[in-house]
Amino acid sequence: MANFNRFEAFELDVLKEVGNIGAGNAATALSTLLNKPIDMAVPSVRIVPFEEVAEKVGGPEKVVVAVFLRVDGDAPGNMFFIMQEHSVNGLMQQLLNIDRNENEPYSDLEHSTLCEIGNILAGSYLSALADFTNLSLLPSVPAVVKDMAGPILSYGIIQYGEMGDTALLIETQFIEDNKSLDGHFFLIPDPASFEILFKSLGVGQ
Amino acid sequence: MSSDLTIKVGMADLNIASDGEILKTTGLGSCVGITLFDPKKHLAGMAHIMLPSSSIAREVPINVAKYADTAIPSLIEKLLAKGATMSALQAKIAGGSQMFSLPGQTDTLRIGPRNVESSIQLLQEYKIPLLSSDTGGNYGRTIEFNSTSGILSIRSVQFGTKEI
Repeated sequence: MANFNRFEAFELDVLKEVGNIGAGNAATALSTLLNKPIDMAVPSVRIVPFEEVAEKVGGPEKVVVAVFLRVDGDAPGNMFFIMQEHSVNGLMQQLLNIDRNENEPYSDLEHSTLCEIGNILAGSYLSALADFTNLSLLPSVPAVVKDMAGPILSYGIIQYGEMGDTALLIETQFIEDNKSLDGHFFLIPDPASFEILFKSLGVGQ
Repeated sequence: MSSDLTIKVGMADLNIASDGEILKTTGLGSCVGITLFDPKKHLAGMAHIMLPSSSIAREVPINVAKYADTAIPSLIEKLLAKGATMSALQAKIAGGSQMFSLPGQTDTLRIGPRNVESSIQLLQEYKIPLLSSDTGGNYGRTIEFNSTSGILSIRSVQFGTKEI
């Protein structure tokens, strides 16, 4: 199995390109959905200690809204789209014309809308990645939770636990012009998937 | 409650405390927080374990704080070295939730319940009574363990703070 702790700089660049292609397509899909320009930060590929996986989204205790999808197929992994509550409210306002009260639980309609956003983002991310790599990559049905960021993201890195105390995250930030939407998209390939991804892209280990 | 007396326990980490110090670990999801307490000597220990058994470890050397079956003996050893009495030790556990449930998911994604089962079994093997627990569900927990009182305080987004 590829040891991600010893990846060369060019291998990390390859993964960054994976993030770029997938997230670029996802940002376009989100922009089409909202009919607004969506900016995308340059994807980051980071090998982080478990303790720091939630740093980008406000730390382990920060309450966030997450859409989770499991990726099945040739190169399995976990995907998260993580937003702050105010971004969710902005989305609901734009898509459903609903002004939410922050503390209210999500209605069925709001819950389905969040799932659908997850579907659209993950579907466009993975289809771009599948075209690029010729691999079969299939998203599961989405699951939505509002909870602390630490437990949410740590769910996606359990498989790294057997190998060490760090995980590899491919992360992209989506921002709408006026910051009313600010979301982080994470792809966390299973440790066993790196070799498959690299091979499909002609990067031999 | 974050004073100078708070000792942080990270993910896949363990530590001990005494003299009124508080042990704290944040953001337990499928991980389990195991606390041990000697009520006479006011010595406390906390482990934040991530996986049920070191038998699946592929790391060398292994991080003993990460697995239930290695973290518990290591915590006991540290407490005894500080003067705790084996027969006095009492345990409390929290965590082991299943943050997401998807249809047809594999066993690796049931890791929370397996962490709980393994922790309970290990405590039984070491004959340490499990006084109380707050496990399962589908939400995250932050816990603080008071080394004076032996009270374990559990905070979650949905249910606020409770003490066991």
